[in-house]
Amino acid sequence: MTTDSAPAIEARGLVKRFGEVRALDGVDLQVPRGTVLGLLGPNGAGKTTAVNILATALRPDAGSAHVLGIDVVHDPDTVRGLIGLAGQYAAVDPTLTGRENLALIGTLTHLPRKVIRRRADELLARFDLTDAGDRLARTYSGGMRRRLDLAAALVHQPPVLFLDEPTTGLDPQSRNDLWQTVRELVAEGTTVLLTTQYLEEADQLADRIAVVDHGRVITEGTAGELKQRLGTTVVELGFGDRARAEHARTALSHLDLGSATLQGETLQIAVSEGPRALMHALRALDAGGIEPISAAVREPSLDDVFLALTGRPAETAETAADTPAPGHGRRRRKEKASA
Amino acid sequence: MTTQISERPAAVGQGFGFAVRDIGAMTWRNLLRILRLPQLLVFATIQPLLFVLMFRYVFGGAIAVPGTDYVNFLMAGIFAQVVAFGAVNTAIGLAEDRSQGLIERLRSLPMARSAVLAGRTFSDLVRNIFVVTLMLIVGFAVGFRLQTDVGKLLLALGLLLFFGYALSWIFALIGLWVNGAETAQAVSFPAMMVLVFASSAFVPTDSMPGWLQVWADNQPLSVTVNAVRALVNGGPWGEYALTSLAWSLAILVIFVPLSVIRYRRG
Repeated sequence: MTTDSAPAIEARGLVKRFGEVRALDGVDLQVPRGTVLGLLGPNGAGKTTAVNILATALRPDAGSAHVLGIDVVHDPDTVRGLIGLAGQYAAVDPTLTGRENLALIGTLTHLPRKVIRRRADELLARFDLTDAGDRLARTYSGGMRRRLDLAAALVHQPPVLFLDEPTTGLDPQSRNDLWQTVRELVAEGTTVLLTTQYLEEADQLADRIAVVDHGRVITEGTAGELKQRLGTTVVELGFGDRARAEHARTALSHLDLGSATLQGETLQIAVSEGPRALMHALRALDAGGIEPISAAVREPSLDDVFLALTGRPAETAETAADTPAPGHGRRRRKEKASA
Repeated sequence: MTTQISERPAAVGQGFGFAVRDIGAMTWRNLLRILRLPQLLVFATIQPLLFVLMFRYVFGGAIAVPGTDYVNFLMAGIFAQVVAFGAVNTAIGLAEDRSQGLIERLRSLPMARSAVLAGRTFSDLVRNIFVVTLMLIVGFAVGFRLQTDVGKLLLALGLLLFFGYALSWIFALIGLWVNGAETAQAVSFPAMMVLVFASSAFVPTDSMPGWLQVWADNQPLSVTVNAVRALVNGGPWGEYALTSLAWSLAILVIFVPLSVIRYRRG
């Protein structure tokens, strides 16, 4: 069975290609038991591919992965008994009722019939679906479907849970409810690997965050560590138009203050000593005859972390890649979009 | 919200018994789906019914067949058409499950690997049994009469359903390959038309141009239709039946492994 000392999830050098695209290009991950790791990255970064490999739905082209010490490639069946997977596309069967969906998963995870009935009742109650339990899932709202999807992942009480963008497309209330449930599961001892495009979500739920881009983990640490690594503060200078902001960036480049990025008409510079850097910057701008319309020193957000690491803001990267075609094969198309 | 009450299972059961249970669960789920999606039920029943009525009363009078009433000639073709169109369902069903992300979830469960494809093809077989039975009743209502005996009729239906089951595996591969139900349907139908209409199903092939006759006389659906026709209307059927059986087995030998490999690769 499982090795007691092994981490809940461990991946080394995972590589996966889809045709020409290297969806994963050497991913290393480690998740201690009872903790939450957030995989943060834009669409097409390889998050879903990593989860699918760890959840035994895909085979890696190279590298190895273990769940609770068990090899996902060599002993996938044992791993499957230990994991639950809830996905961004709410993979429940719309033509079955909520209860039937849970019962189907219970049967396919080889639980005894009696246990299945009890678990279905427990989970429907836990996810506030008791009244809707005998209605077809196609009549559910988006939030209800997502809750049923998560419930389905929990039928066989897996100690390790994979949540692939669990709140994408949910309204704020449903998102908060889902976060609360995840916190409860973690408090009960479940290990969670969570992928998300939302910095706030990683900040809220994850003990540690791995930032993924172009199939690689580009940095890893607690939310605090990531912010610290970036520098303690961000100097933000606003300009009326983009041309002037560009001009300002050029004027400031020789000061060597820190990594400067342009977001719209706002120039953001990650620095270690905020006030001093601001002073230098304003002097230089004054000498060049450029006047900002706003100037501030603030604490870095995870947005800043992402921006500094990848050279582009996470949210923009998301909207650029996330124009899901109506219809089908979205997952596949999305992976290709990562090229 | 309450804490979890149930004890954690020690290990996940595996083995033949569980595989059978998994296949049963997937078959049951697919059949429930047919019952609950009215369009699937309509596709399965009304459409072949209209075909019977159309060929019996609209085209039937204009088609001369040697040695028997057209309605007796027609029914073998209708049966074959029903099982062939049923196979398209295999492609559509799998493509739909894939686009809904259901296959990924199933892949992450400790269920038997074979259960998704076996459950899909078995449920389409059950559906074919139902529709063929329905068409038999409709056929009797519009004047079809068995010229041989019940034993031969059952043999004919067995051949037919086995052929339909084999076809399902070709379409399983299509369903695993293309993205989305609409694409699966679009890819399947031209192939289906060639198989069903460029055949001996509805008309004698001797009025077709020579190059087409070569195909229409020898392709698997025609051979199966000829076997069924001989078994219900009388005449030599042995060679047709054996050829049909050989076709079905050959299709299975090729397409079961291909579909399984495709499913495993994801």
